[in-house]
Amino acid sequence: MFAFSEQAEKEIEKILNKYPEKHKQSALLPLLTLTQRQEGHVSPDAMREIARRLDVSPAYVQSVASFYTMYTLGDTPVGKYTILFCINISCQLNGCDELLDYTAKKLNIQVGETTADKKFTLRREECLAACTGGPMMRVNDTYHENITPARIDQILDSLK
Amino acid sequence: MTQILFKDINKKDLHTLAVYEETGGYKSLKKAFAKEPDEIIEMVKASGLRGRGGAGFPCGLKWSFLAKDVFPRYLCCNADESEPGTCKDRELLLKNPHLLIEGMILCSYACRIETGYIYLRGEFYDLCEIMEKALEEAYAKGYLGKNILGSGFDLDIHTHLGAGAYICGEESALLNSLEGMRGEPRMKPPFPAVQGLYAKPTVINNVETLCVVPYIVNEGAEKYAAIGTEKSKGTKLVSVSGHVKKPANYEVVLGTPVREIIYDMAGGMRDDNQLKAFIPGGSSVPMLRADQVDTPYDYESLQAAGSMLGSGALIVLDHTVNVVETSLRLVSFYMHESCGKCTPCREGTRWMWQILHQIQTGKGEAAHVEELLDICDNMSFKCFCPLGDAAVAPVASSIQNFRADYEELLQRMTANTV
Ligand SMILES: Cc1cc2nc3c(=O)[nH]c(=O)nc-3n(C[C@H](O)[C@H](O)[C@H](O)COP(=O)(O)O)c2cc1C
Ligand code: SF4
Repeated sequence: MFAFSEQAEKEIEKILNKYPEKHKQSALLPLLTLTQRQEGHVSPDAMREIARRLDVSPAYVQSVASFYTMYTLGDTPVGKYTILFCINISCQLNGCDELLDYTAKKLNIQVGETTADKKFTLRREECLAACTGGPMMRVNDTYHENITPARIDQILDSLK
Repeated sequence: MTQILFKDINKKDLHTLAVYEETGGYKSLKKAFAKEPDEIIEMVKASGLRGRGGAGFPCGLKWSFLAKDVFPRYLCCNADESEPGTCKDRELLLKNPHLLIEGMILCSYACRIETGYIYLRGEFYDLCEIMEKALEEAYAKGYLGKNILGSGFDLDIHTHLGAGAYICGEESALLNSLEGMRGEPRMKPPFPAVQGLYAKPTVINNVETLCVVPYIVNEGAEKYAAIGTEKSKGTKLVSVSGHVKKPANYEVVLGTPVREIIYDMAGGMRDDNQLKAFIPGGSSVPMLRADQVDTPYDYESLQAAGSMLGSGALIVLDHTVNVVETSLRLVSFYMHESCGKCTPCREGTRWMWQILHQIQTGKGEAAHVEELLDICDNMSFKCFCPLGDAAVAPVASSIQNFRADYEELLQRMTANTV
């Protein structure tokens, strides 16, 4: 069964206060985000719970959630660290493709997969707005710019 | 060097209220509250400030379009910043969040708005936390909330995070997303100024646009209008990326030649290579050739040269690049980000991707270039929102300017099969 944590409940109170009472549906993305961060995925069960709180149907929650790329729908959580690798133009001009290959080899997975120990999920991502610091990757909420193989080693090896 | 937005950008702890106030922060509020709201709108009109999010629409004029006497009204700050090549709003939000808050207060006062939202792209979680802290400080100091500085004016500002969708930067898709829907664009009209968030009159402005407003209120419209060219007023943050020695965000006086931005500000070409092409305004605008590098960086000149200023992202390509790969990368982006609502964009981006991919991987055919142009033609101005036109820009302009790059790949392929 899915349940929001105590901390999340406090957050939800704050979130609902941001929008006019009759437009609480505005809290849909924020609640999905809370769920994704708490669980590492958004399960059908969680979507039902969000639907209940916002007075919309579970199918509606799913139709919205599936539009956005930052939610992992289903029952399988992402790894403890999600590595988003920008592959768009500015990073490409500065060699991100080779670095992405390097990282996939290092973690011994394909792009899009999660390591067996559930530590890392590696994803290709579109422009993350750090173009002047390309190539770059985002590990959970942290931006790492001007990365090199040595920097990647250093960053990933330092994560426990 | 005229610096308005980046004047103190690297000052230590500028993101804190105390340091921001030391630099003169929030001084504009008293000045504004001493005037009638409409006077502020007139000032912004007179300054010539144009929207910095991409479309370049005159800011004061937009504010004056709000449906008369309909309340409540809303302000949505567009901090979705997802246009490939663009990372200027991120630097402003990261280092100077109070400047945005001050700008939003001025806009809200001028437009009689009592609720504002900052729509941040979902990946800006770190910036959202910084913004939240800054908002807290501003509330505590009485710059937000009820009866701000005794003016009788109330304002609340909230953050709202998206969840990964480029199209949510388009203003009507942003509103849908903020209302808890799929981020698909809305039919216009009605424009947001008439029916925006929750069907109420709404102002939507880019982060950078709002950050200029304190300067205009403090220093006067004339002073701002004296900077730049006749029609492109002021300064613009330009994200210079790609093959330059010093990629960074630079504050550029509008009208500065592109050559100066690339060779003086950004240190010139990487490895002193030759400049081949540049995309002056983010991935959605046509690329230009090296021989156009003396074009002044302003709205009119870039348009006359066949491109646009867009979001102000100058992407620089050197002679080692084959532009087919560049187009493929960008079309792949638009295919991924197409919201799927209308057919020409949903299918057209995929067709273009398939053809470009074939050319790039040595499976191209002689007729492919004409087919691409045909698809471009069938998409241009036929899509529901500007994303479709944006997807055409890299393809059409790369063929127009660098057809030889396509032919080189096609010939190499023929040579291999013989
Ligand atoms: C596909 C698409 C993406 C856009 N992305 C952004 C964006 O990330 N940030 C932004 O400020 N404007 C973006 N815009 C432009 C907005 O629709 C709108 O014009 C702008 O936010 C208005 O603010 P301004 O007048 O201050 O520029 C985008 C437009 C389109 C068509
Ligand atoms: S042009 Fe593309 S992004 Fe815009 S509405 Fe049509 S499908 Fe959606």
